[in-house]
Amino acid sequence: MNAPRQGIDAVANSLAELGRSIFFLLRVIASLPSLVRKPRLVIEQLYSVGVLSLVIIVVSGVFVGMVLALSGYRLLVDFGAEEALGTSVALTVVRELGPVVTALLFAGRAGSALAAEIGLMKATDQLSGMEMMAVDPLRRIVAPRFLAGLIALPLLTSIFCVMAIGAAGGHLVGVALLGVDAGAYWSGIQENVEFGKDIVNVFVKSGVFGVIVTWIAVYQGYSAPPTSEGVSRATTSTVVLSSLAILGANLMLTAVLFGEV
Amino acid sequence: MQSRGLEIVVGFFVCLGIAAVFILTMRVSDLADTGGIEGYTVTAAFSNVGGLKAGAPVQLAGVRIGRVTDIRIDNTTYEAVVSMRIREGYELPEDSDAQILTAGLLGEQYVGIGPGAARESLADGDRIKITQGAVILEELIGQFLYQMGNRGGE
Repeated sequence: MNAPRQGIDAVANSLAELGRSIFFLLRVIASLPSLVRKPRLVIEQLYSVGVLSLVIIVVSGVFVGMVLALSGYRLLVDFGAEEALGTSVALTVVRELGPVVTALLFAGRAGSALAAEIGLMKATDQLSGMEMMAVDPLRRIVAPRFLAGLIALPLLTSIFCVMAIGAAGGHLVGVALLGVDAGAYWSGIQENVEFGKDIVNVFVKSGVFGVIVTWIAVYQGYSAPPTSEGVSRATTSTVVLSSLAILGANLMLTAVLFGEV
Repeated sequence: MQSRGLEIVVGFFVCLGIAAVFILTMRVSDLADTGGIEGYTVTAAFSNVGGLKAGAPVQLAGVRIGRVTDIRIDNTTYEAVVSMRIREGYELPEDSDAQILTAGLLGEQYVGIGPGAARESLADGDRIKITQGAVILEELIGQFLYQMGNRGGE
């Protein structure tokens, strides 16, 4: 075997993998309407994807907000501009940290679980068993998980942002501990956070990240080799790939959403 | 019964999420205090508004009494006409003055109201006649240099 040939094969293989995953995504999207008659499946997945991720999101939101307030205060107080603390915390959280950190945590907490679950179902022949019973595993297993992830991530992101900015996070450290005026904290936030740009951006970003994470997770699980090693690889690559994809997509989204002005 | 518990938990989660969305839109963003402040609108014409933006605070003796709602150009005088919404309950004497000030060295610009002594109060749609525009740092430096130059010549 010669080296250039191997290189071309590797490129062709990864392109084929990408193509397969896109076809898979289209099939999942096409099977979403069938969920209207079985909302129960989505609710169950919302529990495992959303409710079970709630604790980690709330706790990390609170701590991220605290750290931002603390370090922001140290920086701003030198300029006598500690009144701008609320603005700096809120804009950092709403524009970048909220959507990105939530999506990264979501990939680690929910994405890996999705990939492992689907991969294990495949390894134990549950998926082929369903096919034999004329139940489409894409509709029954994959589509509800995809939709649940898509719904859960924007909600989790909003909760993260509120926790980071609000009474338990940035507000606690900034106002209660460091003594920034509460009125200045909130009025700074309300003057500088624009609904049309910053808040809409939260939902655009978290929607895109939701598609990315759940798409990678269900695809990795569904296409994992049906062995214990295959399942573990699928889980790992779900977290790695979706983290990279989130960070890359965030750069592009920020460039598009905050590019002009 | 276990499935009912699940439904309740999921419902709670979604409610929490929607509450967070609501807080983000109504409390955190600029929608929080634009729509529907009870109050009245007064205008003031400035020769230069500097970096004043719509949404900036209007202060009287350091207390926030309203906000700038609109800035536009008067086509005949070429002055900037600033509309301000003053909250209900704050009465301003008719001969009050308005000037554009900066909060701190790096802070945002706001409109400071100096109270006058007249008996009558400003009503909705009135104009504040005595105004002073923003201080432009470059103009100040220019004046300073000019004066220095004159002094050197004498």
